[in-house]
Amino acid sequence: MDIRKLAATAASAVALCGWSGIAGAGQYDGITINILTRPGPVIAGAVSQRGKEFEKLTGAKIIVNEVPYAEIFPKVQQDWSTGTNSIDVAVFAAGWGVELAAAGLLENLDPYIAKDSKIDLQDIAPYFREFAQKIGGKTMVIQVDGDFQMVYYRKDILEKNNLQPPKTWDDYLAIAKAINGQDMSGDGKPGYGSCIFKKRNAQSYFAIQTIASTIVQTQGTAQGFQFDNATMKPLVNNAGWKKAFELYKETSKYGPPEELNMDIGDTRALFKSGRCGLLIEWGDPGPLQLEDDAKGIKNKLYATNIGSKEVLDRKAGKLVPVSKESAPNAIDGVNYAPFSAFGGWAGAINAKSNAKTKQAAYDFLSYISQKEQSNVDVTMGWTGFNPYRLSQLKSTELWVKSGMDEGLAKNYMGAINDALNNPNMSSDLKIPGAQQYTGVVLDTELARYMAGEITVDEALKNIEAGWDKITKDFGRDEQIKQMALAVGPAK
Amino acid sequence: MPDGTATSQPGISPAGLFRGESWGEWLDRHSRTFFIAPAVTLVLLFAIFPTFYTIVFAISHVRFSATGLKFRTVWFENFAAQFTGNQQVHFLGRFTSMSIAGWVFTLVIAGALLWWLYRAVVGGTSWVGLAGRLISAAMAMFIALLFAATLLSGNQWGTLLNTLFYVVVGCSIQFVIGLMLAFLCSQPVIGKNFFRVLFFIPLMITPLGVGYAFKMILDVTKGPFQPFWQLIGLGNWAWSTDAWAARWFVILGDSWQWIPFIFIVLLAALENVPKDHVEAAQVDGASSFQIFREITWPQILPVAATVMLIRMIEAFKIVDLPNIMTAGGPGIATESMTLHSLFLWRANNMGDSAAVAYLLLILTVVVCSSFFNFVVLKRIRGARA
Repeated sequence: MDIRKLAATAASAVALCGWSGIAGAGQYDGITINILTRPGPVIAGAVSQRGKEFEKLTGAKIIVNEVPYAEIFPKVQQDWSTGTNSIDVAVFAAGWGVELAAAGLLENLDPYIAKDSKIDLQDIAPYFREFAQKIGGKTMVIQVDGDFQMVYYRKDILEKNNLQPPKTWDDYLAIAKAINGQDMSGDGKPGYGSCIFKKRNAQSYFAIQTIASTIVQTQGTAQGFQFDNATMKPLVNNAGWKKAFELYKETSKYGPPEELNMDIGDTRALFKSGRCGLLIEWGDPGPLQLEDDAKGIKNKLYATNIGSKEVLDRKAGKLVPVSKESAPNAIDGVNYAPFSAFGGWAGAINAKSNAKTKQAAYDFLSYISQKEQSNVDVTMGWTGFNPYRLSQLKSTELWVKSGMDEGLAKNYMGAINDALNNPNMSSDLKIPGAQQYTGVVLDTELARYMAGEITVDEALKNIEAGWDKITKDFGRDEQIKQMALAVGPAK
Repeated sequence: MPDGTATSQPGISPAGLFRGESWGEWLDRHSRTFFIAPAVTLVLLFAIFPTFYTIVFAISHVRFSATGLKFRTVWFENFAAQFTGNQQVHFLGRFTSMSIAGWVFTLVIAGALLWWLYRAVVGGTSWVGLAGRLISAAMAMFIALLFAATLLSGNQWGTLLNTLFYVVVGCSIQFVIGLMLAFLCSQPVIGKNFFRVLFFIPLMITPLGVGYAFKMILDVTKGPFQPFWQLIGLGNWAWSTDAWAARWFVILGDSWQWIPFIFIVLLAALENVPKDHVEAAQVDGASSFQIFREITWPQILPVAATVMLIRMIEAFKIVDLPNIMTAGGPGIATESMTLHSLFLWRANNMGDSAAVAYLLLILTVVVCSSFFNFVVLKRIRGARA
């Protein structure tokens, strides 16, 4: 048995013995909590496992319903707004809650939090506590995960080739080109310079934003990079996004032949088998490399944030070199804008569920989020939960205990903390229609561009038109207001 | 029991009773209607209500709110959207200038359709028949123009022609192979029953399973067949990133699943062909091909036509395989109209989703009716003449 799973089981047993929260044994007998989230062991598996413990603790019955990633939001929205109400809790992107909250479908969690002595909100990193969890100043979702996309590199392969870790996207391409085709897994099979999941209708639209943000956003988080936040005019049909699209396409030259049809599970299998030199991913590969099926890359996969030496001059509409004026937050001539892709998985409660179910649902979300459980879950790659609490981010202790060597733990924590503390951190959309803007329009046009069906200019023009249509649909003024609420007044 | 053709007969009371007829007798006379009425009403409700409710979606802009769905009537805006701008490229394809091949093809098809309509007029076809032919000709001309303006002119086509590609090419392949297998299994060969069972198995597997199985089999970077692809030099070739390869592989998976259906129905038809006819022809010295053409084929034609019609209707609705194998990609190369509608629904774009569903319904009805009326029935009448 995996030693870390054994440790997790022991920790769960301790948690069970020490549980003295709001709920008591048998308090929720006869109550069923229906949860909807993504399929597989990632997220759903972890929620399900904690659900079994919660059942033993409280008597509530936890049912985890799994649907494909692209169907989570429409299913929840349709279920709650049509009065079906077969779902009590949705575990989805923190940012998706805005649209549901605007329609009055989400339960305000502040009254529950006020009575909860165990959740320790102050331990949740300020970005997740104040930005991700809150909508209009009220806590509407409970964070169970923290998300940033970073670049991972195989330290051993780079050292073997006398290469420095990448700092810019140009470095990324140069390294990918240099190491592409080399045997990285030790079995004679050629490896790939870069592995990025690019499948349509999945989660490929995040990586393109991870690249674009570093070129388009320079003045801090509130400036944004998807829209001109003051007018909600799409900021996509410009030289910055064009360069991002071209860089993204360029990475395919050094990727697996089937990259365009690869989802996150496919690329994870590939890098765990040791065949990827570079990848763009969330926090998961850090602990994933410690799994039994990733022995070949254990303690070799390092994380870093990547930026750009060229940024978009919005007035001139062209790319300019990084300078104090063009990118005041740049570090050593590189503009970083770490992208909080997805914003982390978070639990939201259906406002129309009955009072006792809502209380039980809140207690369950609180249980998953509490340090005793969360600080174990975030150290295991298969859960899909990444660090979001200060107790998880402040030291390497948890990570070393989970099997990382000290050097990797420092690197991993350093990359996430750098992202969290960067004043130019870029935010995923947290306005009504968030999922349609990026998960549908951006995703579709990006896929068409990657398949060679349309040019980059056509793709950007189509995205601009598609985004504007959604903005008009929700109301431009309303969206401007929501954007200001999400990231602060426009700069 | 008296025949109740009562409405215009003299001697009928205002209540619809025959003179001297009691209510009991009247009820008895109409009992059949009363007995089947609940079942008919239920079926009509279940069949017609969703159809009409979908129309409401198709002519509306739909938003979600705490109090339910909010409908704003936009009439034909959702339909028009599929024929303009970026949506038009998605649905119909990209139009630039028409190539010479495209023009030639269009003119040939237009000429053939005009000739067909002229023959119908000269042949004294009824007004109803002529109206049907005009609708079919209009649809054929529209599809021909699309084909000429996209594929024959070097342009990308949209989800409508993708769907037709799955229907026309896929069903043709499936019919030919299914018929060949059925013919082989109807012969006196050793292990006939074993092969019958073997050929039938794919039909029992869920389409999702078929999709995942084919995706895994065709994976060149990992999976069980990866060493084989490496061995034959295809280790670096990705079928899923090439538009035509992806389309053909979707058809491959679809054919693997549906050939058994055609095979089993045609096998039943072949086994019902009277043996004495075949034996008589053999005695007369007819070749196997002649026997098939002159005796077997006319006998199984009605069944073959029906099975093809059912298969075509199913093929128009293809969704599982392209969704699982390629997610409609690369780009939109393998996206069928049903998948197009599904993706729009996922995006909470209910109006456009319903409009695409209705356009698919129109396409299916016109193509399948035309195929049955002007191809199948004509052949059946010819075979029986």
